[in-house]
Amino acid sequence: MKADELLGLYEQMAVIRGTEQAAHDLFLAGLVKGTTHLAAGHEAVAVGASAALRPDDYVFATYRGHHHAMARGASPEECLAELMSKATGVCKAKGGSMHLTKASAGMLGSYAIVGAHLPMAAGAAWSARLRGTGQVAVAFFGDGATNIGAFHEALNLASVWALPVLFICENNLYMEYTPIGSVTAADHPAADRAASYQLPAELIDGNDVVIVAAAVARAVHRARSGDGPTVIEAQTYRHFGHSRTDPAAYRPEGELEEWLGHDPLEVARRRLRDLGLPESELTAVTERAARTVADAVAAAKAAPGADPAEAFTDVWADGGFQWRT
Amino acid sequence: MADLITYRDAVAEGLAREMRRDPSVVCLGEDIGKAGGVFKTTVGLFAEFGPERVRDTPISEQAIVGMAMGAAMTGVRPVAEIMFSDFLACCWDYLANEIPKMRYMTGGQVTVPLVVRTANGGGLGFGAQHSQAVENWALTVPGLKIVAPSNPADVIGLLASAVRSDDPVVFFEHKGLFASRGETAPPDHVVPLGQAAIARPGTDVTVVALAATVPIALSAAAELAASGTEVEVIDLRCLVPLDMATVLASVRKTSRLLIVEENPYQGGWGGTVASIVADEGFEFLDAPVRRVAAACVPLPFADALEDEVIPTVSKVTTALRALADY
Repeated sequence: MKADELLGLYEQMAVIRGTEQAAHDLFLAGLVKGTTHLAAGHEAVAVGASAALRPDDYVFATYRGHHHAMARGASPEECLAELMSKATGVCKAKGGSMHLTKASAGMLGSYAIVGAHLPMAAGAAWSARLRGTGQVAVAFFGDGATNIGAFHEALNLASVWALPVLFICENNLYMEYTPIGSVTAADHPAADRAASYQLPAELIDGNDVVIVAAAVARAVHRARSGDGPTVIEAQTYRHFGHSRTDPAAYRPEGELEEWLGHDPLEVARRRLRDLGLPESELTAVTERAARTVADAVAAAKAAPGADPAEAFTDVWADGGFQWRT
Repeated sequence: MADLITYRDAVAEGLAREMRRDPSVVCLGEDIGKAGGVFKTTVGLFAEFGPERVRDTPISEQAIVGMAMGAAMTGVRPVAEIMFSDFLACCWDYLANEIPKMRYMTGGQVTVPLVVRTANGGGLGFGAQHSQAVENWALTVPGLKIVAPSNPADVIGLLASAVRSDDPVVFFEHKGLFASRGETAPPDHVVPLGQAAIARPGTDVTVVALAATVPIALSAAAELAASGTEVEVIDLRCLVPLDMATVLASVRKTSRLLIVEENPYQGGWGGTVASIVADEGFEFLDAPVRRVAAACVPLPFADALEDEVIPTVSKVTTALRALADY
């Protein structure tokens, strides 16, 4: 990957990281309610995959999905506004942190029932084939999703129908508070299961955006060529706990520090330096990312709150909520 | 005399009409292809429309409905079959948490125009896991439209509306009605969702019924007519949208209301109908609102036991006489 392209991906990751930190801080300031599942540390999976997709491809993500929404084109401002219950939120403040969606950018939702969206991605892939559009669909999911039935039903059916779908696992070592290895009869919870469904799998460094982009590009090529699904298991790490209330005290001493040494932003910076990018340019882009986030925070704070009347719109396709005469 | 068609053939006919009209309509489910469905409700579709539009699936209810949802969100109109409505429990996440909420929680960004067809209800001696009437499960979830036809022409007309609906529809076909016959539907027959039918006009007692309880109510009404009581039978056709205007107008006329439902009394849809009548039609009533519903026990196997649990003509007749005499 050339330096200018990698620099662009680096900036996207820096904006996502800054937005996640802002979400954390806004929560502590009482401006975000409910809960958040921050994806700080996972940025390379979302940004690397998006770099390998067409704008009209479909992405389905999980409740830890801020990075996917932004990687596909949702602005930090509309994501933060959603978290802050503002009328300008990407889902009009009706979805919240766990359901960020940007359908116009092919980001077809963040789902908070673990594993439920894998069959949906397969369905979108089936739809693309029926319509002859050449689109692919991608389901991003956590390691915990590999132990739920929908994962297995989706992989089996997608394989049998040879659908143009990618199953990308973000293995961050923990299903919520529990080490995934302690509850899973597989060393690599997604990749090791792929063979059961006659699917190819790749086990990759999910913190290196260049490696992610290349692996996803290979899988997309297979899918668009009619060769069916691929399972990618991207090894990564979340910097925060599972959700807002989790201090992640169960992590062994030193584990976080070790992963911070292999942080996606740091990995990208190393690559950029190796490619000869001047330090001043890297600093300038890093500062621009910080300004983007600061502007987004200010705009989201200034936006009006959700209109109470919105509680009664968007149930039905006619926009209303009437269920009886 | 018009051509007669069975309820089961009407399902296949209704699907075929929609698939001919709109190439984006596709079907998926267990055994629906070459086998024509275990209830023979998809006979002829595979031959006419081919394996990509009429897809056999594994026994994977979550994949069936989840894939239908993903396809519906991206420009296709899927009709998913869940063989027995009891099996909806295997994919209930999609009916309860995903499909009905997607449009709302994305602020209207996404529509999910799909139909989940399923064989519902008892009367055939299939036991507790293949006989339940579970239309009330769906009624607990805001965001689902619920259809349950009682006759072949309505099957065709309501299926047309369900497939064309931009909202998700759960379409309950009643197992006990599959072999029943009725007039077929004329070409381009469309019955709007949320419009109840007066299956038999009357002046003395209103009966509200759905699917298989409609012919039960009609038989009971015929018995009461012999003794001079004119019963009005309303076929709701849909639970959502719920045509309460037709129900309230009838109760205003008759002042007496009996609700006949096959789902259990506990949590059954009749409770919602009764509650609205109590709220908005209290002044019309000259007698308590009564319900004949399934007993609150699992469905037993033997006919003699099953008849004890679900509505029958004699139970409805008894309830109607009591209401008429009140």
